[in-house]
Amino acid sequence: MQAKQYIRERFFPHMWCAGCGHGIVLNSLLRAVDQLGLDKNNVVMVSGIGCSARISGYVDFHSLHTIHGRALAFAAGVKFSKPELKLIVPMGDGDALAIGGNHFIHAARRNMDITAIVMNNRIYGMTGGQFSPLTGVDKNTSTTPFSNIDNSFDTVELATAAGATFVARTTTYHVLEMTALLKKAIEHKGFSVIEILSQCPTQYGRKNKEGDAPAMLDHFREMTAKADSEKIKKNPGLISRGIFVDRSDKPEYCEQYEKIIQKAQKAIKGKQ
Amino acid sequence: MKRTRLVFSGSGGQGVITAAIILAEAAVIYENMNAVQSQSYGAAARGGSTRSDIILSDSNIYFPEVTSPNILVCLTQEAYAKFSPIIRPGGLLITDSKFVQTFKKIDAKQIELPMYETVMGKIGKPIVFNICMLGALIGITDLLQFDSIMQVLKTKIPSYFIKMNEKALKTGIDLGSQQRQSL
Amino acid sequence: MNKNIKFVQGNEACVEGAIYAGIDFFAGYPITPSTEIAELLSRRLPQKGGKFVQMEDEIASVCAILGASLTGHKVMTATSGPGFSLKQEAIGYACMAEIPCVIVNVQRGGPSTGNPTHVGQGDINQARWGTHGDHSIIALTASNHQDVFEMTIEAFNLAETYRTPVILLFDEAVGHMREKLVIPEKNEIPIVNRLRTALKKGVDYHPYLPREDGRLPMSDFGGDHRYNVTGLLHDMWGFPSNDPKVVKGLLHHLNDKISNNIHRITRYKEHYLEDAEYILISYGSSARTAIHIAKNRRARNEKLGVLELQSLWPFPKEMVREKCRNAKAVLVVEMNMGQVLAQVKACIDRPETVFLANRIDGELITPSDVKSILRVIQGRGV
Repeated sequence: MQAKQYIRERFFPHMWCAGCGHGIVLNSLLRAVDQLGLDKNNVVMVSGIGCSARISGYVDFHSLHTIHGRALAFAAGVKFSKPELKLIVPMGDGDALAIGGNHFIHAARRNMDITAIVMNNRIYGMTGGQFSPLTGVDKNTSTTPFSNIDNSFDTVELATAAGATFVARTTTYHVLEMTALLKKAIEHKGFSVIEILSQCPTQYGRKNKEGDAPAMLDHFREMTAKADSEKIKKNPGLISRGIFVDRSDKPEYCEQYEKIIQKAQKAIKGKQ
Repeated sequence: MKRTRLVFSGSGGQGVITAAIILAEAAVIYENMNAVQSQSYGAAARGGSTRSDIILSDSNIYFPEVTSPNILVCLTQEAYAKFSPIIRPGGLLITDSKFVQTFKKIDAKQIELPMYETVMGKIGKPIVFNICMLGALIGITDLLQFDSIMQVLKTKIPSYFIKMNEKALKTGIDLGSQQRQSL
Repeated sequence: MNKNIKFVQGNEACVEGAIYAGIDFFAGYPITPSTEIAELLSRRLPQKGGKFVQMEDEIASVCAILGASLTGHKVMTATSGPGFSLKQEAIGYACMAEIPCVIVNVQRGGPSTGNPTHVGQGDINQARWGTHGDHSIIALTASNHQDVFEMTIEAFNLAETYRTPVILLFDEAVGHMREKLVIPEKNEIPIVNRLRTALKKGVDYHPYLPREDGRLPMSDFGGDHRYNVTGLLHDMWGFPSNDPKVVKGLLHHLNDKISNNIHRITRYKEHYLEDAEYILISYGSSARTAIHIAKNRRARNEKLGVLELQSLWPFPKEMVREKCRNAKAVLVVEMNMGQVLAQVKACIDRPETVFLANRIDGELITPSDVKSILRVIQGRGV
C-alpha cells in the first residue's frame, strides 16, 4: 500500500504522543480502505473531540471534525442527505459513550449505514487522564485519586443491545485482524461498530503502572482471545475479540426512506 | 370598514377550535375577506374549557385577539360563566340550550338553540355538533355563504363524511334562520 | 378562488417559505410551539424527494442539518427555548466552520421550561450571544404570515450568501394563529443558491480562503475537492491552527463578513412613520399590537408611527438612529424585559427619550397595555 496516497502529508507530523495506539488504528484503517479499493471522493470521515478525533484531519478523504460527542449525529446528516457516501466515524471512548452515548445507541437503533470505530484507550487523554465510561473499577485516573468506583459499559454488549447490525472487537496488537475486521465493518450494510482497544501510555498506562507502549501492547495480547476459542473457554476472564453480531435482517435506514419517498409521491399523484 | 369579532367557547373535544378554523378559512378563501383565528392552548388535548377567537374584516387585521366580541358562542355552562361578561354590549350571544342555562343580566341578544339535541335526534353523531353550530351562526347572521363552508369542509374531511356534515350544517341553518338577526 | 391563497398557521407559512426557498433537508425534535413545522415537513419533504428525519434530541437535529448542508443541501431545523439552548454549541460550530443553515426558534415563555404554550420574546439576546466566543450572527423575525414566508426565504438566501447560520425568531402567537398567506409564483421572489467553486479536479481548493468580495465558494462533500472542516480555529485549508496571525485573521473575517454588510442584511418596515412624533419600535407578534394602535391614532390625526424590525441581528443601529432622529419619544414594544430596548437606547441620539411597553405574563401585549404607557410619555396622565 502507498500510505501517502491516503494521507495529507502537509499536516504531518501528527499530534499523538509517542507510543499512542491511535496511529496503529490509522494505519490499519488506511489498509482496509486501500484493500477495499474505495474511491477517496466517496469516503467521509466524521469525528468528534479528543485525541482519537484528530484522525480525521490526517486522512485525504472528506473530513469533518465536529464537536464533542456529536460525530454520529453529524454523520447521520451527511449519510442521509447523500446515501452513496461511505461514512467512517472514529471516536474515543468518552466521545462515543459518555457525552455521545445517546447518539451512539440511537445510531445503532436507526441502522443507517455508518461505521463507528470506538478507539478505546480507557481514558480522556487530551484533557490529562480523567476516567471514562470504559476505564473500569479500581483503576487510577486524575479524577479518581482514591481509585475508580464508576462501573464500565461493555461496548460490544451495549451496541448489540441497541440494535447495531455489525459488532466486533479487536486491539492495536492484532493489526492484521484489525484490518480484516475494519474491512468487514465498512462493507457491512447498516450500522457497524468496531471497538479497538488502543493504548495510552502517557495517561492510562502511566497512572495504572502498565508500562510503556510495547508492554501495553503485550498486555492486549495476554488479556484477550478470539471469541469461541479454546483459550477463552478455559479463561472466561479474558476479553474476547472477533465478530459478535453480523446480521442482515434489519433494513438500512436510507433505503427504507427511499420507500417513504415513493409512498409520499404516490399519494400526491393519487390526489392529482 | 366592516369588522366582526367572534369568540367560540366550550370544552375540549366539542370541536370549537375546528369550527373557528373552518369559518375563518371559508371567509378568506371563498369570500375574499381577511381573517385571523387564534386560540388559547393548554397542555391537554381533551376536556377543560376552550376558546378560539376569530376576526373577520375587509381590511388588514393587526391585533389578532378579541377583547370584546360582537358574537359569542358558548357551548358549556363553564364557558358561559367565564366569557359572557366580555361580550360587546348589544352583541349576539348564542348558547346551546342543553348545556347552558342563561342569566338575565347580560347586555346582549341571547339566543338559545337546541343544537345538540337536534343533531342527536336527526343525525345521532355528536361529532358534527360543531358544524351544526356553524350552521346556526350563519343562519342567524348571514355572516358567510353555506357554499363557502361546504367548500372548506370538502378539503378537510374524508368524502364519506361530507353528507353527514352537510346535513348538520343545514340543520343548524334551519335552527338559526328562525332567529335571524341583522348585525 | 385563487389556488395560491392559503389560510394557515404561522408555522405553516414558515414551511411554505422554506419549500419556496428550496429546502431539501430537515432534522428536528418535537417541542411546543414549533412542532407543526416538523410535522408538516415530514409530509412535504419526501413528496418533493427531500429528506426529513426526527433525531434523538435537539442537539442531534442541529448536528444532522450541518452534516447535510456540507453535502450541498439547503437545510433547516426548528425548535423553541429549551431546544434553542441545547443547540447553541452547534450553532457556534456552524459560525466557525461557515456552514449555511437556518434555525427556527418559535419563542415561548422562558426561562427554562417556562410557559410552553404561551407567547414570549425572551430569546433575542440568546440568538445573538447564546453560543460562546466572539462570533457574528444573523437573526430575522416577522409579525404576519406573509412576512414569515418572506423572511424564511430571506433566511435561506442570507445563509447561502454569507455562509452562516441564520436564526428565525418567531413567537408562539404568530406561529399558532391562522391567517391568510398568498404564495407567490415561482421566480417572483429571488432565491440565492449555493456558491460553488469553479475550480476543477486536481487544482488546489481552499475552502476557507475568501474571495475579494469576502465570499467563500463551497465544494460539496462527495465532490472532487476533499478538505477538512473543524470547529477549531483553522487556516485556509480548514486545518487546525493556533498561529496568532491565522487566529486573528479568521476571527476578523467571521465578524466582518456580517458587520460590513449590515446595510444589505437589515430588513424593516415603516408604518405611518413619516412625520411621526412618537415612534413605536416593535417586531414579531407585538408589532401587530403597535401597528393596531398607530392605525387608530392616525385616524385621529395623531402623529404616531411604527418602525417594525424584521432583522434583529446584526442590530440595525444606523437605520434606527436615522428613523428616530426627529421623534419626541420612542416606545419599544416587546414581550421581554427590554432586550431590544437596550439596543435602541444604545444607538439613538437621546436615550432618555426611549421607553419600554412590555408584557411578560405569557399573554400577547394588548393595545391598552401600550396605550397606558403612551399616555404617560405623552404627558396625559395615567
